[in-house]
Amino acid sequence: MKIVVLVKHVPDAQFDRHITGPGNTTDRDESILSELDEYALEAALQLAEERGGPKAGNEVIALSMGPSGAVNAVKKSLQIGAYSGVHLSDDALAGSDAAATSLALAAAIRHISADGRPVDLVLTGMASTDGETSLIPAQLAERLQFPQVTFASSLEVSGGQISARRDAGAFSETVEAQLPAVVSVTDQINEPRYPNFKGILAAKKKKIAALSLADIGVDASQVGLAGSWTVVESAEARPPRTAGTIITDDGDAGIKLVDFLAAQKLL
Amino acid sequence: MANALVFIDNPGAALKKSSLELLTIARSLGETAVAFTGELNDDVAATLGAYGATTVYQPSVDDLDNYLVGPKAAYLAAAVAASGATAVLVDNSPEGKEIAGRLGIKLNAGVITDVVGVEADGTAHKSVLAGSYNTTAKATTPVTILSVKANNVEPAPAGAATAPATATVEVPAEGLANSARIAARTEKPVSGRPDLSEARIVVAGGRGVDGDFGPVEELADALGAAVGASRAATDAGWIGHDAQVGQTGVTVSPQLYISAGISGAIQQKAGMQTSKVIVAINKDAESPVFEIADYGIIGDLFKVLPQATAEIQKRKG
Repeated sequence: MKIVVLVKHVPDAQFDRHITGPGNTTDRDESILSELDEYALEAALQLAEERGGPKAGNEVIALSMGPSGAVNAVKKSLQIGAYSGVHLSDDALAGSDAAATSLALAAAIRHISADGRPVDLVLTGMASTDGETSLIPAQLAERLQFPQVTFASSLEVSGGQISARRDAGAFSETVEAQLPAVVSVTDQINEPRYPNFKGILAAKKKKIAALSLADIGVDASQVGLAGSWTVVESAEARPPRTAGTIITDDGDAGIKLVDFLAAQKLL
Repeated sequence: MANALVFIDNPGAALKKSSLELLTIARSLGETAVAFTGELNDDVAATLGAYGATTVYQPSVDDLDNYLVGPKAAYLAAAVAASGATAVLVDNSPEGKEIAGRLGIKLNAGVITDVVGVEADGTAHKSVLAGSYNTTAKATTPVTILSVKANNVEPAPAGAATAPATATVEVPAEGLANSARIAARTEKPVSGRPDLSEARIVVAGGRGVDGDFGPVEELADALGAAVGASRAATDAGWIGHDAQVGQTGVTVSPQLYISAGISGAIQQKAGMQTSKVIVAINKDAESPVFEIADYGIIGDLFKVLPQATAEIQKRKG
C-alpha cells in the first residue's frame, strides 16, 4: 500500500501566536508538527506494518507544504517512523487559502503517484491546529475525485476498500469507500508513538524529496495570495481576557455565584 | 433570482434555531432561497415563508443521506445554479463545513468557515487562533460560501410572510460516484439537554470531578444548560467524547460558560474563551483558568455546585 500522510508545520499553541504581513498570514516562527497529524501518521504506520512494512512494498510518505521551516515537520515524521518524506516548497505558495492549498496538494499527490505506483490512501489529521478550517480533506477529495471519509475513529483496509467508524453528531456511523480515498482521523483513533533514539538515527538516512511548483506542474498564479479565492482583509489581536473577581469559598460561594449570575441577567 | 441560498439539511418537524439564524442573515444579503433535504412538512414550510424564503429547492433523489457529503455538495451546486445565488450559507457543523469545502471547488468559489457575523456586502467576521484574533475576510470570487456559527444573531421573521414556491433540483449522478457510503448508522441516546455547540449556557467538568459528573449535570439542568467536559474527563471515560470542549472537541461560544474542576490548559481555553461570561470553580488557586474567568471561586466543586443548584431552584420557586 502507498500511503501519503499530510503533515503541517504550525505555530506552537503553547505560545502566543501572531498574524502578520500584507496577507494577514500566520507567523510561523516557533512552529512544530501539528499535534493532530501524529494520529494520522500512527494510523498509516499501523496499516503499513499490518501488511509487512517496507519489505512488503508498503510506503508511508510524509508530505508537507510550507516554507523552508516546514521541512522540520517532515523530519519529525521520519523520526516517528514515516518511511520517506516530501517537502513542497515555493515562495509563490505563501498565503494560500484552503482552495489554493488543496490545489497544490492534489498536484503533489498526482506527482507522487506518477512513478507507476499510485497513491492508495491520503491520511490527514482532523484539523490543523492553526487554521482549523477542516476544509483540506474535503477539498482535496473533490480535486482528486476520491471519496472522503472524515473524522474516522477507527479504520480497516481490506480488498481495496476502506471501512471506518465515525461519530457524526447524533449518530455513530460505519462508512465504506473504495480506495484510493482521502481519510481524516480524530484524536480518538490511536495513541501516537514517540520517536525513540533508534528512530532519530534512522531518520537521518531517510530521503526527503524537495518539490517546487514547477515539479508538480502548477503555475504560480494558481496558488498563494494570487490564487486564493478568499482574502483576509484585516486582523486585530483581541484584547486578552483579564481576570475578574476571584473569591475563596467560605461556605456560601454557591449562593454568591447565583447572585453574580442574577446580576449578569444569566438566570 | 435569489441573492442568498441557505442549505437546510433534514430538519424534521421543526427548524433548528441555527437554521433560523442563517435565514435571518440571508435576508440581510437580499432575496433568499432555501436548498432543502428531507421531508418538507407544512409547519416547516410556513416557517420558511415567515422568514422570507421565496423559493424552496428539493433534490430529485431521496438517498443523499446514504453517502458522506459528496452528493449533498453536488445537489447544492445544482441549487446554486438554479437559484442564481451569489452567497451560500451553511451551518458550521463538521458536515456543513465539508459540504461548503467541496461546493467551493465545484463552483470555483471562496469558502469562509467559523463565521460569526456577515455584512450586507458578504464580508465575514471570524475569530482565529483560538480566539486570539478577530479577522474580516471576503471571497474574491463571484459566489461566496460561508459556514456560520450558531448563537451570533437573534432569529427574526421577515416583516411580511411569503408563500415560498417549491422547485425540484436534479442531483447530478457524479455526486454519488466517488463518495463514501454509509453502511450502518446508530442513533446515540438523546440527553434532553441542549446541543453543546448551540447551547446558551454550558457547564463543564474536568479532572476535578473525579469520576462524578452528578453535580455538573444537576447545575446544568437547573440552568437549562448543556454539559461539557475537558479532555482529561473524556479520556478517563467519565463522560462521552461528544461532551469534550476544546481544540480537538467542540468549540463553544455561549453566553455563559461555567468551568468546574478544570485547570484551563491551552487546549481547553482554545475551545471556550470566546464565551461571553466565564465562571471558574477550582480548588487550586494557581489554575490558569482563573486568569480568564470573569468570576472565579477557589473552592470544592462538590460543595459549591450543589449549593448553587439549590439556590437557583429556590429562587425559581
